[in-house]
This record gives sequence, C-alpha cells and structure tokens, in this order.
Amino acid sequence: MSDILVRIRDLHYARGSHVIFDGVDIDIRRGTVTAIMGPSGTGKTTLLRLIGGQLRPDRGTVEVDGQPVHRLRGRALYDLRKRMGMLFQNGALLTDMDVYDNIAFPLREHTALPESLIRTLVLMKLEAVGLRGARHLMPSQLSGGMARRVALARAIALDPMMVMYDEPFTGQDPISMGVLVRLIRTLNDALDLTSVVVSHDIEETRAIADYIYLLSQGKVVAQGTSEELEQSDSAWARQFLHGEPDGPVPFHYPAQAYVEDLLAGEEAA
Amino acid sequence: MTSRTTEIWVGLFVAAGLAALFMLAMKVSNLNTYQTGPTYEVTARFEDVSGLKERSPVTMAGVRIGRVKRIEFDDQALQAVVTLAIDKRHNRLPRDTSASIYTAGLLGEKYVALEAGGEEESLKNGDEIRLTQDSMVLEKLIAKFIAKFLQDKTQ
Amino acid sequence: MVAALRYLGRVGLGFFQRLGRANLLLLAILPGLPPLFLRFSLVVRQLYSVGVLSLLIILVSGVFVGMVLGLQGYNTLVDFGAEESLGVVVALSLVRELGPVVTALLFAGRAGSALTAEIGLMKATEQLSAMEMMAVDPIRRVLAPRFMAGFLAMPLLAAIFSTVGVMGGWFVGVGLLGVDDGSYWSQMQAKVDLYDDVWNGVIKSIMFGAVVTWIAIFEGYDAVPTSEGVSRATTRTVVHSALAVLGLDFVLTALMFGG
Repeated sequence: MSDILVRIRDLHYARGSHVIFDGVDIDIRRGTVTAIMGPSGTGKTTLLRLIGGQLRPDRGTVEVDGQPVHRLRGRALYDLRKRMGMLFQNGALLTDMDVYDNIAFPLREHTALPESLIRTLVLMKLEAVGLRGARHLMPSQLSGGMARRVALARAIALDPMMVMYDEPFTGQDPISMGVLVRLIRTLNDALDLTSVVVSHDIEETRAIADYIYLLSQGKVVAQGTSEELEQSDSAWARQFLHGEPDGPVPFHYPAQAYVEDLLAGEEAA
Repeated sequence: MTSRTTEIWVGLFVAAGLAALFMLAMKVSNLNTYQTGPTYEVTARFEDVSGLKERSPVTMAGVRIGRVKRIEFDDQALQAVVTLAIDKRHNRLPRDTSASIYTAGLLGEKYVALEAGGEEESLKNGDEIRLTQDSMVLEKLIAKFIAKFLQDKTQ
Repeated sequence: MVAALRYLGRVGLGFFQRLGRANLLLLAILPGLPPLFLRFSLVVRQLYSVGVLSLLIILVSGVFVGMVLGLQGYNTLVDFGAEESLGVVVALSLVRELGPVVTALLFAGRAGSALTAEIGLMKATEQLSAMEMMAVDPIRRVLAPRFMAGFLAMPLLAAIFSTVGVMGGWFVGVGLLGVDDGSYWSQMQAKVDLYDDVWNGVIKSIMFGAVVTWIAIFEGYDAVPTSEGVSRATTRTVVHSALAVLGLDFVLTALMFGG
C-alpha cells in the first residue's frame, strides 16, 4: 500500500479559453491533512471535482489509491466514490429529508444493513460531530455551521478512506469555525482518514494542515509544511500567508495607464 | 421514508382515477352495448355502402342483434362485401332475409337493418344474404327527386 | 441585416442543441424506469406531490368546464330542438378533447412548474452534485421516479376531469335547464364509443403526461443554477408544455378522428 493516496501529475484543464490548470503536480499522503490554498478563482473546487471524477482533465493523470480516476467510468467510478467523502461548500444536504435521513441516505443506498444497524451508525456519526440531538430537524432549520457539521457526518457515513473539504471555513462565525477546525483534525486522526482541505482561510488551515500546496494562475507556486512556507523566500508564499494586498498577485486589474485614462475625458464608445 | 398518510392519499387518488375511468367506460360510453358473446358470420353484397362503418349496428325489428365486422371490396364483381357478426342466440333467421342500409335519425349514422323473409331454413355461419338494398346517398336522392320533378312538369 | 440572420441562426442552433440535450436526458431516464418497480416507494412519494396535490384544481376546473359546456351546449342545441342531445355534446367534448388537453395544461402549470423549480433548486444547491459524489445516480434517484409519477398521474387526472365534467353538465342541463335525465344519459351512451372516444382520450392523456413531465424535468435539470435561471426555467416549462400539448393534440386528433 503506497504512502501516497492521491497522485496528480502534469494536470492540464481549461474551461473554454480560460486555462485553470497548467501543469500541476500534487501528492497527498495517507493519513495527513493536506491543504490546497490560493486566491479566489484559482480553480480549487475544480481540483476536487477532478479528483472525484466529476470532471476529466485535458491532459495529465489523477490517481486515487492507485486507480486512474480520469479513465474510470460507470461502476468502477461509483465504487471508488463510495470510498471518498465530500463536504460541499454549503453542505448540499437533501432538503426533503431530515438530518437523520440525510446521514442514513448513503447507508440505505449502498448497503443492505437493517434499520437497527443503520440507526446505530447514524447516531455514532452524529455524536462525532456533536449533533445527535438535532437528528429530527430539517435542513432548512439548521444554521450554516450546523448544516456543515451534518454534511460532515454524512461524508463519513460509509467510513471512507478520504474526505475532501470544499471551503469549509468560508463565512463562518469564530465559534463554528473553531468547531469545524477541531473536527477536521480529530476525525482525520481518530478515523485514520486522509483529508484534503481546499480553503483560503490561512490561520485556520495552517493550524491543522500537515502539508500545504499554494496554487496560483494554474500552477503550484509554493508547497511545504506550515513552517517551511513561513521561512520560504517565495514572493507568492509571503504575499499569501501574510495577506499582503500587492505582490505576485497584483492589486490592480489590468488597465491602461492611470493618467491617460483620466485625461481621455470621456469613456470610449 | 414515505409516511403512512402520503401512501393513503396516493392510494385514494389512484382509486379515484380508476373509478373515474370505470365510470367513463360504463355510464358514459356504449360499453354495455358491446356484446362479447359468441357470434356467427354472414355476408351481404351491396352496390353502395357509403357511410357504413365497421362496428355499425345490425338490427332486426329495431333491436340490435349484431355488428358489422368487416367491409371489403370485391375486385371482380366491383361490389362491397359486408361481413355481419350476428349473436349466436339469434340463429333462426330465414335464408331469404333481406339486408338494407338505413340512416338512424335524419343525419345520424348508418346501420344494417334485416327483414325476415319466409323460408323454413335458417342462415348459418358463412351464408350470404341475397336480397340487399343499398345505402341512401343524399346526392342520389336529390338527383332522383329533381329528375322526377322535371318529368312531372313536362307532362 | 446580417446581424439578424446570425441571431436567427444562433437561436435555431440553440434550439436544436436543447432538443438534443432533452433527448439525451430522456434516453438516460428510460433505463431507470424498470428498476423503480422494485422501489415503488419513491414513485409513491412523487405521485403524491404530482397527482394528489393537483386533484383540487382538476376537480374544480372539471366541474366548472362541464357546467359551462352544459350551458353553452344547451343554448346552441335548443335552437335546433335538439337539447335532448346535450349529454352527447358534453361527454364527447370532454372525453375526446377537453379532458386530456385542459388537464394537461393545468398539470403543466401546477405540477410541471413545481417539478422544474424543485429540480432546478436541487441543482443550484449542489444536491445533485452531492448525490453523484456519494455514488448515487441522480437521474435514477431523482428524475426517473418523477417522470414515472407524471406519466401515471395524468391519465387518472384526465379521467377524473372528464367524469366530474359530465356530472357538472348534468347538473346544469338536467338539474337547472330541464333536459330529460333519461335522454341525457341514454343518448350519451349510444353515441360515445368506448374505443374511439374514451380509449383515444386515455391515450392522449398518457402522451401528454409523458411530454409535459419530460419538459418539466429537462428544464429543471438544464437550468442555470441561479435563482434567476430557475425562475426562467419554470416559465419555459409552462410555455413549452402548453405549446407541445396543443400541437400534439392537433396531430393526435387528426390521426385518431380524422377521416
């Protein structure tokens, strides 16, 4: 069993004329929490979809547990997906069922377990995220943070080998954020998972990530542990980690020279 | 995951729909005039069967005793050959029964009316009715009427 | 001038693209239908939201349409002294045409638009995507049960519409206007043919059910996943369904009742 769970090599992907990945190599080690970070719009969510097989790369390979995801179809792909859990940005709970049924959903769809056993599993997952008492609420009754925790419980329902988190900290209040941060790390260690966290929240991510990849403009511009990046002399790393407004990622959207623009007097037709 | 109430309502809905279909079949349509009892077939030849359709009624003394089963065209004799399916219960029709095509009401549908003859022997399956009277076509009727009218006038 | 032609060309190509996508979706849904018989609870749930919840509007509309037919029919027939044939007029109008068509239009407005909105919203909130990632095919789990439910519910609703319509016509004709009760039913029974009229009407409503549900599901599945996109998709469902039903009705009527 290889040390590396997800191996991405020479990934190229473009949507229309917009190039999203231009030769990306990423290794995700088993049992670690790996963070993929970068400015908004660098296609971090797209990367998760490529790993999960919802999108196919234009060039390059994506291997999960030794299997080439980009070449799998139908049955084989679905079997692989059962071993991956994904937490969507807004939870993506099924709105016509309550919390209990949402978590039971993958169990009922993919296993033939009796209801009593399913009940035990659902309660266990809910307990892990601290929401066992909320099991009969409907998704519309949950706060954002609670919805994400339920979605997390659902993502681990089938005891996957890997969980992917799409911007889990975005838009959360400090308490929810703290809860989620702790949950990701604890579950990763307790359940022997591999976690891939896509985020642009620096502090939270650095607190739990074992390894970080920094993406910008379609390439990996920096990588390393949190300390390595801190000491890195890469301009990218410095700008991103310290939240500097200007650097390799420019402040100004490309435009003509300022003085010329002002002197033009009126907008061009 | 379906609640009991949902299932009950759906069951009621489907039952209501089927009941409606049943009602339409029974009370609204002519289902009860469709006898599916055993029948025997006789044929009759006509020069003109305009307006007569398959499943048109076959009556005798005003009572429906069968239906038109098939209408075909005879290439040799250039006539219409109509096959009548008559209820087996009515098996004592004389061999010289005549068949005429009448219209129900003023503008209604065509039907075949049988009139009894006097022979002892009865029609059997596969027999042919010899005496026939064609369907009344309105144009021909008017033409005849005009011709007669002109004839009377010139006398 | 050229710009207008290019616009037309774009619209035309776009139309064919959508038609193609809609057909591909239908082809993907069809194999998902037989397995539903093993998991009928999914269909039952949809039958409730698509059928039972449409019952009220169908019943009310059916009664009123039937009553109007009774009234208008009487007004016209009485000039010919043929008011005893009111039953025939009401029944044939309903069973052959108004039952299937009006029910389909109401169905498109009520159930069709609800289906589109629901599926569009599921797409916008990534529920369909989440299902895919959980290795559950959303076409089989979400779309196929809804398609089967629409296709089963429509003929039932149309039959209910026609039946309450006939009774509405009876209420106005016999109850209020003095048409003879016996004549109303006996003439109707003589003139309404089980195969030509009732059965053809059922076939029409089955086909309308399939088309309307197909359009509703496609528009939802294909919608742009924003609130504006979903609202536009819902509008398209109602408009396209109406056009399709009326167009298909003409074709079917010509085939079934034409010379």
